[in-house]
Amino acid sequence: MTVKLDRRSFIKSAAATSAVATAASLFPGISFADWKKQTGSNGMITWKKAPCRFCGTGCGVLVGVSGDRAVAVKGDPKCSVNKGLCCVKGYHSVQALYGKDRLTRAQVRKNGKMVEVPVSEALDLIAAKMKETIKKHGKDSVAIYGSGQWTIPDGYVASKLFKGCIGTNNVEANARLCMASAVTGFLTSFGLDEPMGCYEDIENANVFVTWGNNMAEMHPVLFSRMLAARKRKKDVILIDFATRTTRTSQAADKSILFRPQTDLAVANAICHEIIRNNWVNWDFVNKHVSFHKGKTNIGYGLEDHFAFKDKAENMTFEEYKEFLREYTPEKVEKISGVPAKDIRYLASLYGDPKKKVTSFWCMGMNQHTRGTWINNLVYNIHLLVGKISTPGNSPFSLTGQPSACGTVREVGTLTHKLPHGVVMKEEARKMAAEIWDVPVSNIDPKPTYHTVEMFRALDRGDIRFMWIQVTNPMVTMPKLKRYRNGALKEDRFIVVSDVYPTPTTDVADVILPAAMWVEQEGMFGNSERRTQHFEQIVPPPGEAMSDTWQIIEVARRLGFEKQFPWGKDEYIGKIWEEYRRFHASPKHNMAPYEVLKKRSGVQWPFVNGRETRWRYNAKYDPAVSNGEEFHFYGKKDNRAWIWARPYEPAAESPDQEYNFWLNTGRVIEHWHTGSMTRRVPILHNAVPSSYVEINPEDAAELGVVNGEMVKIISRRGEIVMPASINGRGVPPRGMVFVPFFDEKYLINEVTLDAFCPISKQPDYKKCAVRLEKA
Amino acid sequence: MPILSYIAGPREGKKQELLEELNRLNYCEAFPADNVDILILVTDTPDKETEEALQKRLKHMKNMESLSMTFGYNDELYEGERNDSEA
Repeated sequence: MTVKLDRRSFIKSAAATSAVATAASLFPGISFADWKKQTGSNGMITWKKAPCRFCGTGCGVLVGVSGDRAVAVKGDPKCSVNKGLCCVKGYHSVQALYGKDRLTRAQVRKNGKMVEVPVSEALDLIAAKMKETIKKHGKDSVAIYGSGQWTIPDGYVASKLFKGCIGTNNVEANARLCMASAVTGFLTSFGLDEPMGCYEDIENANVFVTWGNNMAEMHPVLFSRMLAARKRKKDVILIDFATRTTRTSQAADKSILFRPQTDLAVANAICHEIIRNNWVNWDFVNKHVSFHKGKTNIGYGLEDHFAFKDKAENMTFEEYKEFLREYTPEKVEKISGVPAKDIRYLASLYGDPKKKVTSFWCMGMNQHTRGTWINNLVYNIHLLVGKISTPGNSPFSLTGQPSACGTVREVGTLTHKLPHGVVMKEEARKMAAEIWDVPVSNIDPKPTYHTVEMFRALDRGDIRFMWIQVTNPMVTMPKLKRYRNGALKEDRFIVVSDVYPTPTTDVADVILPAAMWVEQEGMFGNSERRTQHFEQIVPPPGEAMSDTWQIIEVARRLGFEKQFPWGKDEYIGKIWEEYRRFHASPKHNMAPYEVLKKRSGVQWPFVNGRETRWRYNAKYDPAVSNGEEFHFYGKKDNRAWIWARPYEPAAESPDQEYNFWLNTGRVIEHWHTGSMTRRVPILHNAVPSSYVEINPEDAAELGVVNGEMVKIISRRGEIVMPASINGRGVPPRGMVFVPFFDEKYLINEVTLDAFCPISKQPDYKKCAVRLEKA
Repeated sequence: MPILSYIAGPREGKKQELLEELNRLNYCEAFPADNVDILILVTDTPDKETEEALQKRLKHMKNMESLSMTFGYNDELYEGERNDSEA
């Protein structure tokens, strides 16, 4: 087959892809099962299944391969997640493999300049530097910082090497920046992480409430499923509850705007109204719920070494009701700006026993200095009315990354976690030591640094060596300047494994070229507890290798051959089967490797050959053992916990000097920091650079028209960027919004590194800035 | 030598006929949506004359209600880039 033929075939696939993407935007839920037959008819392209590389939805895709090159993508009609549909990023995803500046050779900094070296030399240097650093500064001076885009084997071997072999808990991942509050929300309310429901809730619900969640752009395939359900069933409504007007608001039946941080007060007011109107599902509450309170005035984590530990106390329903007395709709209207009638309307939707309600959220609730609390409060609403763990009744925390759940939450690539349980628990350490074949004394019972504190430790010099894989913290860390300066300090050694040059490779001492997505075998885990296997479909370029294999190579150089014995042709299957031992129980059993290979994703708990759609519900969940309809077996009292959590203000609010809220986020065309999607010409050309959304009236007062440059100034830094007025999103007066995908405009120079004291997840949605016409 | 893609809307009840008709044409490949009455059409013609003739033919198909272009590519415009990739 000639290159010319390949190219033409590639362009035809792109043409079909473009038409399908356009059709998908016009007709939500549209599918094209015959596409496979059509493109296969010329005999040039073979199609292989994989999960999409980008967001946490976990769409199944079919990757079209011609020779050694991936040339097309289409939705996998056999995958229940997306039923043949993809979003614009998914349809163009294979093009992200072939950017002109792809990293294909290892590089090492020599005399201040990066020079290409054989990958074996780079791996030797990494191992030597780790040994030297540990010898000089102790085991807790080396760290690995990974990602919700790590495959499950990537994260697993990282944890095994650092926690099990080296003996440091310096393992963190960027999911701390996006999902940590969801995790602590689940753990505090249910005792176990991850959603009880699944995407089939979408076809069963009558009411959707999106809590600070622009699903139209961030989870477009699920959003289109929701719109399709609304069109088909006629009795479905969508309420968008947000701080700015977005594409989701425009498609909603009702858009309700609230002042930043006041979702806490509104959620409590909804509960107040549910109780006042006696919409409580008493049968459910009496059998399955208990009431609790924790500490208040819990701080914001702005200082180094900040420490906080919550303390749960039991309370009665009457005490909880008393706590809610402060949250009448009228009082909360004054705090939140949400009209009392809208609060009552929301409460009536949740309270109506005839309606099935699904709440969706993602970064709006998680990137929040009270992220754990607001997760708790939305669970409170669902628990009071018993709308949980049944088809269509679902409080549903969506994930942002393809394996934030699979790799970070399930494998446990966070400082306090192990693949099963936490380092503080002796039983969990014993289990890990046995499976990993290391002495139990190797595993330190004390967590070290969560992500923000890990980068503070790097700045202070407590950490001297950091290996960063599949993530771009020199764009994404809040209060970025401090952490970039920290990484650049003398006697810091930074290794970066990535596929393209980024601001993070700019601070590296060693760059390892990584295999990307289907250039390696692996697994992701999506938002609905679905594990998705993909085989190596095309070869990686040059000397690029999987992140898993990079870690194995270094582990062997450090003397841990016994713990990392696998061959290159078998290692993913062997790692999976070893990892699966951690979850061998009806509460979390994972599917065997051979089952994963055959299917377009398998949901856990996978018990006796069956997936679990709704957890805690006796009809669906084999772990339910109390003889009741529901069993919240994650908590010792076998109940779900309702928490009294008050409204507390943001870490930094607008004042006379800095009079605007700054909110940051994403756009549909670009994935996170844009290091991949900006290399896809169609996506790059669609949104070539970032911008600041300003309310039209604020823009008029500032004397700024669309496209003019605006200076955004905070107490941390400043940035000049073009204004977007009446674009796809419109903030209310007194707020600006900036997408963070563009490394030309590092908005995190301006943001604040305040975090939720329980989850340690930073708040990227709220800090104070002022504007000037540039 | 353009490659173009379109969303084609059939006249009511004529989706299957239009699909068959399009797939019988030289330089055309069409496939249907499963759950909406539209087709995707991809055309790949060798030269300007053939392209013009095909365009004319498409315009006069009686089972076609609408035809909207979604993608256009012309080799002549990308000659330099193509030569680079073949080098």
